[in-house]
Amino acid sequence: MTDVVVTDALEEVAPPSGRHGAAAWASWFARRIGLAVLTLWLVSILVYVATSSLGNPVKAILGRDYLADKARAAQLTSQLNLDEPLVTRYLHWLGGLFTGDLGTSIASQRPVSELIGSNVVNTLVLVLVSAIVMIPVAFGIAMLSANYRRRRPDTVIQTILLTLAGLPEFVIGILLVAVFSTTVFHLLPAVTLVAAGGHPWDQPKAMVLPVATLVLAVAPYVSRIVRSTLLEVLDSDYVELARLKGIPERVVMRKHALLNALVPGIQVIALQLAWLAGGVVVVETLYNYPGVGFQLVDSVRNHDVSMVQALSMIIAAIYVLVNLIADVLSILLTPRARTAISS
Amino acid sequence: MSATVSSDRERAGTGIAVQNLRIGLTARPGVDVVDDIDLVLKPGEVVGLVGESGSGKTTVGTALLGYTRAGALIEKGKVLFEDKDVLGLPWQQVRQLRGEEIAYVPQDPAAALNPSIRIGKQIVELLELRGIGTPASRLQGARDGLAEVGLPNDDEFLRRYSHQLSGGQVQRVALAMAFLPKPKVLVLDEPTTGLDVTTQGMVLQTMGELCRSHGVAALYVTHDLAVISNIADRVAVMYAGQIAELGPRETIFGQPTHPYTRALLDSIPHLSQARALTGIPGRTPAPGARPDGCRFHDRCSYAIDECSAGVPELREVAPDHLVRCIRSEQIGHWDISRGTVPDSDPNQHREPILTLGDLKVFYGHTEVVHGVSFEVGKAEVVALVGESGSGKTTISRCVGGLHKEWTGSITFEGNELGKGSRSRSASDRKRVQYIFQNPYLSLNPRLTIEQIVRRPMELFGLASGKEATDRVVALLDQVALGPAVLRYQASRLSGGERQRVAIARALAAEPDLLVCDEITSALDVSVQGSIVALLEDLRQTRGISMLFVTHNLALVRSIASRVQILNAGNVVESGFVVDVMDRPQQEYTQRLLANSPRID
Repeated sequence: MTDVVVTDALEEVAPPSGRHGAAAWASWFARRIGLAVLTLWLVSILVYVATSSLGNPVKAILGRDYLADKARAAQLTSQLNLDEPLVTRYLHWLGGLFTGDLGTSIASQRPVSELIGSNVVNTLVLVLVSAIVMIPVAFGIAMLSANYRRRRPDTVIQTILLTLAGLPEFVIGILLVAVFSTTVFHLLPAVTLVAAGGHPWDQPKAMVLPVATLVLAVAPYVSRIVRSTLLEVLDSDYVELARLKGIPERVVMRKHALLNALVPGIQVIALQLAWLAGGVVVVETLYNYPGVGFQLVDSVRNHDVSMVQALSMIIAAIYVLVNLIADVLSILLTPRARTAISS
Repeated sequence: MSATVSSDRERAGTGIAVQNLRIGLTARPGVDVVDDIDLVLKPGEVVGLVGESGSGKTTVGTALLGYTRAGALIEKGKVLFEDKDVLGLPWQQVRQLRGEEIAYVPQDPAAALNPSIRIGKQIVELLELRGIGTPASRLQGARDGLAEVGLPNDDEFLRRYSHQLSGGQVQRVALAMAFLPKPKVLVLDEPTTGLDVTTQGMVLQTMGELCRSHGVAALYVTHDLAVISNIADRVAVMYAGQIAELGPRETIFGQPTHPYTRALLDSIPHLSQARALTGIPGRTPAPGARPDGCRFHDRCSYAIDECSAGVPELREVAPDHLVRCIRSEQIGHWDISRGTVPDSDPNQHREPILTLGDLKVFYGHTEVVHGVSFEVGKAEVVALVGESGSGKTTISRCVGGLHKEWTGSITFEGNELGKGSRSRSASDRKRVQYIFQNPYLSLNPRLTIEQIVRRPMELFGLASGKEATDRVVALLDQVALGPAVLRYQASRLSGGERQRVAIARALAAEPDLLVCDEITSALDVSVQGSIVALLEDLRQTRGISMLFVTHNLALVRSIASRVQILNAGNVVESGFVVDVMDRPQQEYTQRLLANSPRID
């Protein structure tokens, strides 16, 4: 009789099918890419409409000269194609995006792509270096904190993290500058000086303070999210079983708990990194770091419409890309979701 | 046979003994979770530790591994294993014992395996960390272990994650994992909760064989007396943190001597005969709220003044039979057939109130119920029985208007019922009420009990204002809850009390048909007993019909007059409970009956 039962039980779950795995993954990935492109397209409409509806840019650029200098006004109007309808101008601009032609800067009369290329790279490097430092630090602190849950070290760590999270990043930046480069010590340069054609990382010392500021600004959020997920996982039945099985605590933490607490951490890291890419204006200004945020503020001040449009699209693209990577990683790290796609 | 057993036992060691164990709460000194626990597990023996929720049985189980959950601590006592006191050892050595010498099989099969580690890796993880054997020998061990518990052991299976296994398979993986390091003591914490009876029967059989063949001393922690009666050699009954009665299985089920054991046995339905089930009045006291003296005296029908005076000793009333009751000699004998009633009469006149005709139910494009037809008569209880995935809850949800994707007909007193509750008339919605399985999720946590029970009256315009409040009090009284709970929120009530509130809410609409979806499966047996008694009373006094969904065949015998046995969306057998259970025609029904744990 037992035999009958056993064969029945084996049929309860069909084995996962491996044949369609690759095809399923490809179609899933194609769908995600399609969605990302759709998002960017919607962003492009918003960006274009928003920058175009702020009134006549020529008037804004020329100011009082608008009425006096009719020839210059006419030249600008035709350069910006303002005599054409909005839809035509949008389509023209969109076509330019695909061919890599981002338009011409009004302020400097040079191609936008030439102007922003190095700044985009600079910002990406800053964000990347910050991420490389921040991720292990944030996870380490979270694990330490979770290990001492609700005891003194945990309380101290959580208080410090909350204080850091509550401080605006320019306050952190000013404090760091005061301590490390001006008032107390003179160890590190306070501003980034880049020679023409050079990069900020030619002087590694100059990167330290901007990176430190960003890490201090972002790590608290990531750390707190990972800690709370870890605490939840540490209360789960499978962690209890691992302990009762005699698995050493550090292995429990590293393999059984952390592996299941990664996903919310990855999601919050993605959001923070994307924010860093566009929102670090204050930090870039503070350290005079030649990045995207710095340039965006500059362009807005100069009413440089083409620059603002191009930079907005680049920031949006970084947002979409980073979140796409985070979603893929989350799926890969969640066996249930992963096997759901491949079967 | 005896020769091999004794040689096995020599190899297996000396078992494990708990002495005078007391576990308290870190936050409230002086309050005990469990107290005065003495228990001996011999090699090759399965000891059942039975108790209702809050009795401290799991706490005792994990204490054998020197482990307590956060918030509890071991105050005194010893756990003697091979002349060592597990509780007195430094933690490094305790960890060394865990898994290799004393293993644990967890409660909830689905939650207990790590969801992101492949099962093949999880099984050998401990051996790998301790450096026992070679990779090849470990892999072979895992394969042999899986074969031993009746699972496939090819590479494909070892590469699966726990969510790719069924509940019974996960539980057997956990068993194989616990047995792999060849432990001498095994603690099993309700390892079959939530499994179907056939799967449960198989897991229990596997476990019993492994324990006896490997000479393992096993502690089987459970709330289910019927399971215990099938597998344990000796049984310890726990109540409110103490052992109330301890003895060989035959004694505990044949001559139970503690009033609590008897009350528990009285609340269990039998497969062979219908019974008038009874509950135990009151509720199991939580740590800190336990009465002085005998902890059961405030719920005990035999209690006298002396019972509240001092804590009774666990005394030996017969060889190997210990009872913690000062009146055990005076309370007479117990008989298993106490409370049996005649099965419902097949020949009585029936007047159909609900008729299902060729009901086919779909989830998306998948047909999950394939043309089911049956009737429910007035003041009649019809049970829908089957294993998980048989479609029993799906059918009940269609009747209740909670699932819309179906074809066929559901007729209620001659009217066709609409697909979803939105397309039904107010009177149809009022007259068919649904009670959910989990009372912890079915009551709004932000409303008071009064608001919850009033709501249907206001919705259907049955009563309002003072009149409604009076009716709420009357309804709560009917389900044996006092007016004190009116202002409570659901979180202050126990599971049984919540389910009573859910029943009162359903009754508030003055229904003619109650759809009861596994309404007792989340509850302790004594609470189940009182809920069943309540439903039977409602059926007789108010003439309410019930569609009673359950997986428990013994319960069906006591509550229903007709039964529909479901398998994979088809009715395989139906008829009067007496006929189906005494003379099952289908092989599937026979197998269900054979695998159902029973105490009679």
